[in-house]
Amino acid sequence: MSSIPDELSYTKEHEWLAGLDDGRTVTVGVTAFAAEALGDVVFVQVPEVGATVEAGDAVGEVESTKSVSDIYAPVGGEIVETNPAVVDDPSLVNSDPYGEGWLFRIRIEGEPEDLLSAAEYATLTSGES
Amino acid sequence: MSRSTPLREVHESLGATLTDFAGWQMPLRYGSESAEHSAVRTAAGLFDLSHMGEIHVTGPQAGEALDYALIGHLSVLEPGRARYTMIVTEDGGVLDDLIVYRLRPEEFMVVANASNYTKVAAELAERTKSYDARVEDRSDSYALIAIQGPNSTAILGKLTDADLDNLKYYAGLPGEVAGIEVMIARTGYTGEDGFELFVRPEDAVRLWNALSEAGADLGLRPCGLSARDTLRLEAGMPLYGNELTTETTPFDAGLGRVVKFDKPGDFVGRAALAERTAPGRRLVGLVARGRRVPRHGYPVTREGEVVGEVTSGAPSQTLGKPIAMAYVSADALEKGDLAVDIRGSHEPVDVVDLPFYRRNK
Repeated sequence: MSSIPDELSYTKEHEWLAGLDDGRTVTVGVTAFAAEALGDVVFVQVPEVGATVEAGDAVGEVESTKSVSDIYAPVGGEIVETNPAVVDDPSLVNSDPYGEGWLFRIRIEGEPEDLLSAAEYATLTSGES
Repeated sequence: MSRSTPLREVHESLGATLTDFAGWQMPLRYGSESAEHSAVRTAAGLFDLSHMGEIHVTGPQAGEALDYALIGHLSVLEPGRARYTMIVTEDGGVLDDLIVYRLRPEEFMVVANASNYTKVAAELAERTKSYDARVEDRSDSYALIAIQGPNSTAILGKLTDADLDNLKYYAGLPGEVAGIEVMIARTGYTGEDGFELFVRPEDAVRLWNALSEAGADLGLRPCGLSARDTLRLEAGMPLYGNELTTETTPFDAGLGRVVKFDKPGDFVGRAALAERTAPGRRLVGLVARGRRVPRHGYPVTREGEVVGEVTSGAPSQTLGKPIAMAYVSADALEKGDLAVDIRGSHEPVDVVDLPFYRRNK
Protein backbone atom coordinates (compact mmCIF):
# COMPACT_ATOMS: atom_id res chain seq x y z
CA MET A 1 0.00 0.00 0.00
CA SER A 2 1.58 3.26 -1.07
CA SER A 3 1.51 6.31 1.19
CA ILE A 4 -1.23 8.95 0.92
CA PRO A 5 -0.45 11.88 3.24
CA ASP A 6 -3.56 13.24 4.99
CA GLU A 7 -2.71 16.92 4.56
CA LEU A 8 -2.70 16.83 0.74
CA SER A 9 -5.51 16.99 -1.82
CA TYR A 10 -5.66 14.60 -4.78
CA THR A 11 -7.04 14.21 -8.28
CA LYS A 12 -8.41 11.22 -10.15
CA GLU A 13 -5.36 11.54 -12.44
CA HIS A 14 -3.14 10.56 -9.50
CA GLU A 15 -1.70 13.97 -8.77
CA TRP A 16 -1.40 15.66 -5.39
CA LEU A 17 -1.76 19.32 -4.41
CA ALA A 18 -0.19 20.99 -1.41
CA GLY A 19 -0.79 24.43 0.07
CA LEU A 20 -4.47 24.80 -0.75
CA ASP A 21 -5.17 25.88 2.81
CA ASP A 22 -2.49 28.55 2.97
CA GLY A 23 -3.18 30.62 -0.05
CA ARG A 24 -3.57 30.80 -3.75
CA THR A 25 -0.38 29.07 -4.86
CA VAL A 26 -0.34 25.27 -4.80
CA THR A 27 2.42 22.75 -5.40
CA VAL A 28 1.64 19.79 -7.66
CA GLY A 29 3.22 16.36 -8.04
CA VAL A 30 2.31 12.77 -8.82
CA THR A 31 1.30 10.36 -6.08
CA ALA A 32 3.33 7.44 -4.76
CA PHE A 33 0.67 5.16 -6.21
CA ALA A 34 1.24 6.62 -9.68
CA ALA A 35 5.02 6.53 -9.30
CA GLU A 36 4.88 2.86 -8.37
CA ALA A 37 2.60 2.07 -11.28
CA LEU A 38 4.94 3.87 -13.69
CA GLY A 39 8.11 2.19 -12.50
CA ASP A 40 11.45 3.96 -12.80
CA VAL A 41 10.80 7.46 -14.12
CA VAL A 42 13.41 8.48 -16.70
CA PHE A 43 12.08 11.74 -18.11
CA VAL A 44 9.93 14.56 -16.80
CA GLN A 45 8.64 17.42 -18.90
CA VAL A 46 7.26 20.32 -16.87
CA PRO A 47 5.18 23.24 -18.18
CA GLU A 48 6.61 26.67 -19.06
CA VAL A 49 6.71 29.18 -16.25
CA GLY A 50 4.23 31.95 -17.04
CA ALA A 51 1.85 29.70 -18.97
CA THR A 52 -1.84 30.09 -18.23
CA VAL A 53 -3.60 26.76 -17.97
CA GLU A 54 -7.09 25.47 -17.39
CA ALA A 55 -7.99 22.59 -15.13
CA GLY A 56 -7.59 19.34 -17.06
CA ASP A 57 -5.06 20.69 -19.59
CA ALA A 58 -2.18 18.34 -20.39
CA VAL A 59 0.81 20.42 -19.25
CA GLY A 60 3.67 17.91 -19.14
CA GLU A 61 4.77 14.29 -19.28
CA VAL A 62 6.19 11.68 -17.00
CA GLU A 63 7.98 8.91 -18.85
CA SER A 64 9.18 5.62 -17.41
CA THR A 65 10.89 2.59 -18.87
CA LYS A 66 7.61 1.04 -19.92
CA SER A 67 5.17 3.89 -20.40
CA VAL A 68 4.44 7.57 -20.66
CA SER A 69 1.71 9.55 -18.90
CA ASP A 70 0.46 13.06 -19.33
CA ILE A 71 0.55 15.47 -16.42
CA TYR A 72 -2.63 17.50 -16.11
CA ALA A 73 -3.22 20.89 -14.52
CA PRO A 74 -5.36 19.95 -11.50
CA VAL A 75 -6.66 23.51 -11.25
CA GLY A 76 -6.71 26.52 -13.56
CA GLY A 77 -4.22 29.36 -13.15
CA GLU A 78 -0.72 30.50 -13.95
CA ILE A 79 2.38 28.32 -13.73
CA VAL A 80 4.68 30.29 -11.42
CA GLU A 81 7.50 27.84 -10.75
CA THR A 82 8.78 24.45 -11.90
CA ASN A 83 11.18 22.05 -10.21
CA PRO A 84 14.55 22.01 -12.01
CA ALA A 85 15.81 19.22 -9.73
CA VAL A 86 13.21 16.73 -10.97
CA VAL A 87 14.01 17.57 -14.59
CA ASP A 88 17.69 16.85 -13.91
CA ASP A 89 16.96 13.76 -11.86
CA PRO A 90 13.59 12.23 -12.77
CA SER A 91 14.11 9.40 -10.27
CA LEU A 92 13.07 11.89 -7.55
CA VAL A 93 9.49 11.11 -8.62
CA ASN A 94 10.06 7.55 -7.41
CA SER A 95 12.24 8.24 -4.38
CA ASP A 96 10.34 11.21 -2.93
CA PRO A 97 7.07 11.80 -4.82
CA TYR A 98 5.58 14.11 -2.16
CA GLY A 99 8.79 16.04 -1.47
CA GLU A 100 11.82 16.55 -3.75
CA GLY A 101 9.86 15.06 -6.63
CA TRP A 102 7.34 17.92 -6.87
CA LEU A 103 6.70 19.12 -10.41
CA PHE A 104 5.33 22.68 -10.57
CA ARG A 105 3.47 25.45 -8.72
CA ILE A 106 0.28 27.12 -9.92
CA ARG A 107 -1.24 30.42 -8.82
CA ILE A 108 -4.90 29.45 -8.75
CA GLU A 109 -7.60 31.39 -10.52
CA GLY A 110 -11.15 30.55 -9.56
CA GLU A 111 -12.19 27.76 -7.28
CA PRO A 112 -10.66 24.26 -7.48
CA GLU A 113 -13.18 21.55 -8.36
CA ASP A 114 -13.35 17.79 -8.17
CA LEU A 115 -10.47 17.39 -5.75
CA LEU A 116 -10.31 14.34 -3.50
CA SER A 117 -9.39 14.05 0.16
CA ALA A 118 -6.74 11.55 1.24
CA ALA A 119 -9.50 9.15 2.32
CA GLU A 120 -11.30 9.48 -1.00
CA TYR A 121 -8.08 8.97 -2.93
CA ALA A 122 -7.31 5.87 -0.84
CA THR A 123 -10.71 4.46 -1.84
CA LEU A 124 -10.07 5.27 -5.50
CA THR A 125 -6.72 3.53 -5.58
CA SER A 126 -7.63 0.52 -3.44
CA GLY A 127 -9.55 -0.91 -6.39
CA GLU A 128 -6.75 -0.33 -8.89
CA SER A 129 -3.71 -1.88 -7.29
CA MET B 1 -8.54 -15.87 -16.31
CA SER B 2 -4.81 -15.80 -16.78
CA ARG B 3 -2.45 -18.60 -15.83
CA SER B 4 0.20 -18.65 -13.17
CA THR B 5 3.63 -20.26 -13.25
CA PRO B 6 4.78 -22.56 -10.43
CA LEU B 7 6.79 -19.58 -9.11
CA ARG B 8 3.82 -17.23 -8.62
CA GLU B 9 3.95 -17.37 -4.82
CA VAL B 10 7.70 -16.80 -4.82
CA HIS B 11 7.21 -13.68 -6.93
CA GLU B 12 4.49 -12.40 -4.63
CA SER B 13 6.61 -12.95 -1.55
CA LEU B 14 9.39 -10.95 -3.24
CA GLY B 15 6.96 -8.06 -3.74
CA ALA B 16 6.76 -8.38 -7.52
CA THR B 17 4.40 -6.25 -9.58
CA LEU B 18 2.63 -8.85 -11.70
CA THR B 19 1.36 -8.17 -15.19
CA ASP B 20 -0.64 -10.10 -17.71
CA PHE B 21 1.60 -11.25 -20.54
CA ALA B 22 0.22 -13.54 -23.27
CA GLY B 23 -2.38 -14.85 -20.84
CA TRP B 24 0.07 -15.41 -17.97
CA GLN B 25 0.55 -13.56 -14.71
CA MET B 26 4.25 -12.71 -14.90
CA PRO B 27 6.51 -10.50 -12.79
CA LEU B 28 6.94 -7.11 -14.47
CA ARG B 29 9.50 -5.99 -11.90
CA TYR B 30 10.34 -6.71 -8.28
CA GLY B 31 11.57 -3.25 -7.33
CA SER B 32 13.48 -0.92 -9.60
CA GLU B 33 13.66 -2.25 -13.17
CA SER B 34 16.79 -0.13 -13.73
CA ALA B 35 18.52 -1.93 -10.87
CA GLU B 36 17.42 -5.26 -12.37
CA HIS B 37 18.74 -4.27 -15.79
CA SER B 38 22.09 -3.22 -14.41
CA ALA B 39 22.38 -6.35 -12.25
CA VAL B 40 22.27 -8.45 -15.43
CA ARG B 41 24.88 -6.26 -17.15
CA THR B 42 27.27 -6.23 -14.18
CA ALA B 43 26.48 -9.28 -11.99
CA ALA B 44 23.52 -11.60 -12.60
CA GLY B 45 19.75 -11.75 -12.85
CA LEU B 46 17.21 -14.53 -12.28
CA PHE B 47 14.17 -14.80 -14.55
CA ASP B 48 11.02 -16.92 -14.52
CA LEU B 49 10.32 -17.85 -18.15
CA SER B 50 7.89 -20.67 -17.43
CA HIS B 51 5.34 -19.14 -19.78
CA MET B 52 7.43 -20.23 -22.78
CA GLY B 53 6.27 -23.31 -24.69
CA GLU B 54 8.16 -26.58 -25.18
CA ILE B 55 7.17 -28.86 -28.03
CA HIS B 56 8.87 -32.22 -28.46
CA VAL B 57 9.33 -33.72 -31.91
CA THR B 58 10.47 -37.34 -31.78
CA GLY B 59 10.98 -40.22 -34.17
CA PRO B 60 13.31 -41.54 -36.87
CA GLN B 61 12.35 -38.71 -39.26
CA ALA B 62 12.12 -35.92 -36.66
CA GLY B 63 15.01 -34.00 -38.24
CA GLU B 64 13.67 -34.23 -41.78
CA ALA B 65 10.20 -33.28 -40.54
CA LEU B 66 11.58 -30.10 -38.93
CA ASP B 67 13.61 -29.32 -42.06
CA TYR B 68 10.30 -29.21 -43.94
CA ALA B 69 8.31 -27.39 -41.25
CA LEU B 70 10.88 -24.71 -40.34
CA ILE B 71 13.27 -22.44 -42.24
CA GLY B 72 16.38 -23.88 -40.57
CA HIS B 73 18.43 -26.98 -41.31
CA LEU B 74 17.77 -28.98 -38.16
CA SER B 75 18.57 -32.52 -39.35
CA VAL B 76 22.28 -31.66 -39.33
CA LEU B 77 22.21 -30.32 -35.78
CA GLU B 78 24.34 -32.39 -33.44
CA PRO B 79 22.73 -33.82 -30.31
CA GLY B 80 23.37 -31.41 -27.46
CA ARG B 81 23.34 -28.36 -29.71
CA ALA B 82 20.68 -25.71 -30.37
CA ARG B 83 19.72 -23.34 -33.19
CA TYR B 84 17.78 -20.13 -33.48
CA THR B 85 15.19 -20.56 -36.23
CA MET B 86 11.66 -19.61 -37.29
CA ILE B 87 8.42 -21.04 -38.52
CA VAL B 88 6.88 -19.07 -41.38
CA THR B 89 3.64 -19.14 -43.36
CA GLU B 90 3.41 -20.28 -47.00
CA ASP B 91 3.94 -16.64 -48.02
CA GLY B 92 7.00 -16.22 -45.80
CA GLY B 93 5.48 -14.26 -42.89
CA VAL B 94 6.91 -15.14 -39.47
CA LEU B 95 4.59 -17.28 -37.30
CA ASP B 96 7.13 -17.47 -34.47
CA ASP B 97 10.82 -17.38 -33.73
CA LEU B 98 12.12 -20.50 -32.02
CA ILE B 99 15.06 -22.17 -30.38
CA VAL B 100 15.35 -25.83 -31.34
CA TYR B 101 17.45 -28.17 -29.18
CA ARG B 102 18.45 -31.62 -30.36
CA LEU B 103 18.20 -33.55 -27.13
CA ARG B 104 18.95 -36.96 -28.66
CA PRO B 105 19.42 -38.22 -32.23
CA GLU B 106 15.66 -38.82 -32.52
CA GLU B 107 14.35 -36.14 -30.17
CA PHE B 108 14.13 -32.39 -30.63
CA MET B 109 12.67 -29.76 -28.32
CA VAL B 110 11.20 -26.67 -29.96
CA VAL B 111 10.95 -23.69 -27.62
CA ALA B 112 8.28 -21.24 -28.73
CA ASN B 113 6.92 -17.95 -27.43
CA ALA B 114 4.11 -17.97 -24.88
CA SER B 115 1.71 -16.20 -27.21
CA ASN B 116 2.34 -18.67 -30.04
CA TYR B 117 3.16 -22.15 -28.81
CA THR B 118 -0.32 -23.65 -29.11
CA LYS B 119 -0.49 -22.44 -32.70
CA VAL B 120 3.07 -23.62 -33.38
CA ALA B 121 2.37 -27.10 -31.99
CA ALA B 122 -0.73 -27.45 -34.18
CA GLU B 123 1.13 -26.19 -37.23
CA LEU B 124 4.05 -28.56 -36.61
CA ALA B 125 1.68 -31.52 -36.25
CA GLU B 126 -0.02 -30.61 -39.53
CA ARG B 127 3.21 -30.05 -41.45
CA THR B 128 4.92 -33.24 -40.26
CA LYS B 129 2.08 -35.75 -40.52
CA SER B 130 3.55 -37.53 -43.56
CA TYR B 131 6.84 -38.07 -41.67
CA ASP B 132 7.70 -40.76 -39.17
CA ALA B 133 7.74 -38.22 -36.33
CA ARG B 134 5.50 -37.33 -33.41
CA VAL B 135 4.73 -33.81 -32.19
CA GLU B 136 3.80 -33.32 -28.56
CA ASP B 137 3.14 -30.04 -26.75
CA ARG B 138 4.87 -30.62 -23.41
CA SER B 139 4.76 -27.02 -22.18
CA ASP B 140 2.93 -28.06 -19.00
CA SER B 141 5.78 -30.46 -18.14
CA TYR B 142 8.35 -27.68 -17.82
CA ALA B 143 9.11 -24.62 -15.80
CA LEU B 144 11.94 -22.48 -17.20
CA ILE B 145 14.33 -20.41 -15.11
CA ALA B 146 17.07 -18.29 -16.66
CA ILE B 147 20.18 -16.98 -14.95
CA GLN B 148 21.89 -14.31 -16.99
CA GLY B 149 24.89 -12.05 -16.55
CA PRO B 150 28.66 -12.21 -16.10
CA ASN B 151 28.40 -13.94 -12.70
CA SER B 152 26.00 -16.65 -13.83
CA THR B 153 28.67 -19.31 -14.43
CA ALA B 154 30.12 -18.73 -10.97
CA ILE B 155 26.69 -18.96 -9.33
CA LEU B 156 25.49 -22.00 -11.25
CA GLY B 157 28.90 -23.64 -10.77
CA LYS B 158 28.32 -23.69 -7.00
CA LEU B 159 25.33 -25.96 -7.49
CA THR B 160 26.35 -28.39 -10.22
CA ASP B 161 29.11 -30.73 -11.35
CA ALA B 162 28.11 -30.19 -14.97
CA ASP B 163 30.98 -29.06 -17.19
CA LEU B 164 29.84 -25.47 -17.65
CA ASP B 165 33.19 -24.27 -19.00
CA ASN B 166 32.86 -26.58 -22.00
CA LEU B 167 29.15 -25.90 -22.54
CA LYS B 168 29.14 -23.72 -25.62
CA TYR B 169 26.75 -20.93 -26.51
CA TYR B 170 23.64 -22.53 -28.03
CA ALA B 171 24.33 -25.93 -26.48
CA GLY B 172 22.43 -27.87 -23.84
CA LEU B 173 23.06 -30.84 -21.61
CA PRO B 174 21.10 -32.79 -19.02
CA GLY B 175 22.45 -32.35 -15.51
CA GLU B 176 21.73 -31.84 -11.85
CA VAL B 177 21.56 -28.43 -10.19
CA ALA B 178 21.22 -28.46 -6.40
CA GLY B 179 20.29 -32.14 -6.73
CA ILE B 180 17.46 -31.32 -9.12
CA GLU B 181 17.28 -32.85 -12.58
CA VAL B 182 17.39 -30.13 -15.24
CA MET B 183 18.34 -29.47 -18.84
CA ILE B 184 21.03 -26.79 -18.78
CA ALA B 185 21.15 -24.66 -21.92
CA ARG B 186 23.62 -21.86 -22.60
CA THR B 187 21.13 -19.53 -24.21
CA GLY B 188 19.48 -16.26 -23.34
CA TYR B 189 17.77 -13.10 -24.39
CA THR B 190 19.78 -10.41 -22.64
CA GLY B 191 23.03 -9.98 -24.57
CA GLU B 192 24.95 -11.49 -21.67
CA ASP B 193 26.41 -14.91 -20.98
CA GLY B 194 23.98 -17.11 -19.12
CA PHE B 195 21.91 -20.22 -18.85
CA GLU B 196 18.34 -21.36 -19.21
CA LEU B 197 17.28 -24.24 -16.99
CA PHE B 198 14.38 -26.45 -18.03
CA VAL B 199 12.97 -28.11 -14.92
CA ARG B 200 9.90 -30.04 -13.81
CA PRO B 201 7.24 -27.65 -12.49
CA GLU B 202 7.22 -29.31 -9.07
CA ASP B 203 10.96 -28.61 -8.68
CA ALA B 204 10.84 -25.00 -9.83
CA VAL B 205 10.55 -23.33 -6.42
CA ARG B 206 13.39 -25.42 -4.98
CA LEU B 207 15.61 -24.58 -7.97
CA TRP B 208 14.78 -20.85 -7.79
CA ASN B 209 15.54 -20.74 -4.07
CA ALA B 210 18.82 -22.63 -4.47
CA LEU B 211 19.95 -20.23 -7.20
CA SER B 212 18.89 -17.19 -5.14
CA GLU B 213 20.92 -18.38 -2.19
CA ALA B 214 23.96 -19.27 -4.29
CA GLY B 215 23.84 -15.86 -5.94
CA ALA B 216 23.24 -13.78 -2.82
CA ASP B 217 26.90 -12.78 -2.44
CA LEU B 218 27.41 -12.37 -6.21
CA GLY B 219 24.89 -9.64 -6.90
CA LEU B 220 22.11 -11.89 -8.22
CA ARG B 221 18.72 -10.19 -8.41
CA PRO B 222 15.32 -11.47 -9.51
CA CYS B 223 14.36 -9.68 -12.72
CA GLY B 224 11.01 -9.08 -14.35
CA LEU B 225 9.78 -8.74 -17.91
CA SER B 226 10.47 -5.02 -17.94
CA ALA B 227 14.23 -5.54 -17.52
CA ARG B 228 14.11 -8.49 -19.91
CA ASP B 229 12.63 -6.22 -22.56
CA THR B 230 15.20 -3.41 -22.18
CA LEU B 231 18.06 -5.94 -22.07
CA ARG B 232 16.99 -7.69 -25.27
CA LEU B 233 16.36 -4.34 -26.97
CA GLU B 234 19.90 -3.14 -26.18
CA ALA B 235 21.15 -6.48 -27.51
CA GLY B 236 19.20 -5.89 -30.75
CA MET B 237 17.16 -9.07 -30.35
CA PRO B 238 13.71 -9.17 -31.97
CA LEU B 239 10.52 -9.66 -29.97
CA TYR B 240 7.65 -11.56 -31.52
CA GLY B 241 4.67 -9.22 -31.88
CA ASN B 242 6.98 -6.19 -32.26
CA GLU B 243 9.80 -6.78 -34.75
CA LEU B 244 8.40 -10.11 -35.96
CA THR B 245 4.82 -10.69 -37.10
CA THR B 246 3.11 -12.58 -39.92
CA GLU B 247 3.46 -9.31 -41.87
CA THR B 248 7.25 -9.49 -41.75
CA THR B 249 9.72 -11.92 -43.27
CA PRO B 250 13.08 -12.94 -41.81
CA PHE B 251 14.68 -10.77 -44.52
CA ASP B 252 12.73 -7.69 -43.41
CA ALA B 253 14.06 -8.24 -39.90
CA GLY B 254 17.68 -8.53 -41.09
CA LEU B 255 17.64 -12.24 -40.23
CA GLY B 256 17.96 -13.65 -43.75
CA ARG B 257 20.89 -15.75 -42.54
CA VAL B 258 18.48 -18.05 -40.68
CA VAL B 259 16.72 -19.01 -43.94
CA LYS B 260 18.60 -22.11 -45.14
CA PHE B 261 17.89 -22.19 -48.87
CA ASP B 262 20.80 -24.60 -49.33
CA LYS B 263 19.19 -27.41 -47.31
CA PRO B 264 17.82 -30.32 -49.34
CA GLY B 265 14.12 -30.57 -50.20
CA ASP B 266 11.26 -28.16 -50.00
CA PHE B 267 10.19 -26.32 -46.86
CA VAL B 268 7.10 -24.33 -46.00
CA GLY B 269 7.65 -20.78 -47.25
CA ARG B 270 10.64 -21.54 -49.51
CA ALA B 271 9.14 -20.32 -52.77
CA ALA B 272 7.72 -17.13 -51.27
CA LEU B 273 10.89 -16.29 -49.34
CA ALA B 274 13.03 -16.76 -52.45
CA GLU B 275 11.06 -13.87 -53.97
CA ARG B 276 11.32 -11.67 -50.88
CA THR B 277 15.07 -11.52 -50.18
CA ALA B 278 15.42 -7.82 -51.00
CA PRO B 279 12.66 -6.02 -49.12
CA GLY B 280 12.01 -2.30 -49.59
CA ARG B 281 12.40 -1.66 -45.89
CA ARG B 282 14.89 -2.56 -43.20
CA LEU B 283 14.90 -3.07 -39.48
CA VAL B 284 17.32 -0.51 -38.04
CA GLY B 285 18.44 0.86 -34.71
CA LEU B 286 17.55 4.43 -33.80
CA VAL B 287 19.09 6.58 -31.10
CA ALA B 288 17.10 9.66 -30.08
CA ARG B 289 18.98 12.93 -29.71
CA GLY B 290 16.53 14.20 -27.12
CA ARG B 291 15.21 12.62 -23.97
CA ARG B 292 11.73 11.63 -25.09
CA VAL B 293 11.33 7.96 -25.90
CA PRO B 294 10.20 6.58 -29.29
CA ARG B 295 7.79 3.73 -28.57
CA HIS B 296 6.10 0.81 -30.34
CA GLY B 297 3.84 2.02 -33.13
CA TYR B 298 5.15 5.61 -33.39
CA PRO B 299 5.72 6.78 -36.99
CA VAL B 300 9.23 7.34 -38.31
CA THR B 301 9.29 10.48 -40.45
CA ARG B 302 11.50 12.33 -42.90
CA GLU B 303 10.67 15.94 -43.76
CA GLY B 304 7.24 15.39 -42.27
CA GLU B 305 6.45 12.29 -44.36
CA VAL B 306 5.94 8.90 -42.72
CA VAL B 307 8.74 6.57 -43.86
CA GLY B 308 8.53 3.81 -41.25
CA GLU B 309 7.36 2.68 -37.85
CA VAL B 310 8.95 2.06 -34.47
CA THR B 311 8.62 -1.57 -33.34
CA SER B 312 10.21 -1.28 -29.86
CA GLY B 313 11.63 1.60 -27.89
CA ALA B 314 12.88 2.30 -24.39
CA PRO B 315 15.29 4.46 -22.46
CA SER B 316 18.67 2.69 -22.66
CA GLN B 317 20.51 2.64 -19.42
CA THR B 318 23.74 1.50 -21.03
CA LEU B 319 23.74 4.29 -23.64
CA GLY B 320 22.06 6.88 -21.44
CA LYS B 321 19.70 7.76 -24.31
CA PRO B 322 16.39 6.54 -25.67
CA ILE B 323 16.81 3.76 -28.26
CA ALA B 324 14.42 2.04 -30.63
CA MET B 325 14.15 -0.50 -33.39
CA ALA B 326 12.10 0.49 -36.41
CA TYR B 327 11.20 -0.58 -39.91
CA VAL B 328 12.23 2.21 -42.27
CA SER B 329 12.03 2.36 -46.07
CA ALA B 330 15.37 1.73 -47.76
CA ASP B 331 14.92 4.93 -49.71
CA ALA B 332 14.58 7.11 -46.61
CA LEU B 333 17.51 5.34 -44.95
CA GLU B 334 19.72 6.34 -47.86
CA LYS B 335 18.72 9.98 -47.52
CA GLY B 336 18.98 10.12 -43.73
CA ASP B 337 17.70 12.98 -41.60
CA LEU B 338 15.05 10.91 -39.80
CA ALA B 339 12.75 11.76 -36.92
CA VAL B 340 10.16 9.97 -34.82
CA ASP B 341 6.73 11.47 -34.34
CA ILE B 342 6.49 11.38 -30.56
CA ARG B 343 2.90 12.33 -29.83
CA GLY B 344 2.85 15.11 -32.39
CA SER B 345 6.37 16.46 -32.20
CA HIS B 346 9.02 15.22 -34.64
CA GLU B 347 12.09 14.38 -32.58
CA PRO B 348 15.36 13.82 -34.48
CA VAL B 349 16.97 10.38 -34.33
CA ASP B 350 20.21 8.86 -35.64
CA VAL B 351 20.35 5.50 -37.40
CA VAL B 352 22.87 3.09 -35.86
CA ASP B 353 23.96 -0.48 -36.50
CA LEU B 354 22.39 -3.16 -34.33
CA PRO B 355 23.00 -4.25 -31.66
CA PHE B 356 23.15 -1.17 -29.46
CA TYR B 357 25.12 -3.11 -26.90
CA ARG B 358 27.66 -5.92 -27.24
CA ARG B 359 29.29 -7.47 -24.22
CA ASN B 360 33.08 -7.70 -23.93
CA LYS B 361 34.00 -11.36 -24.31
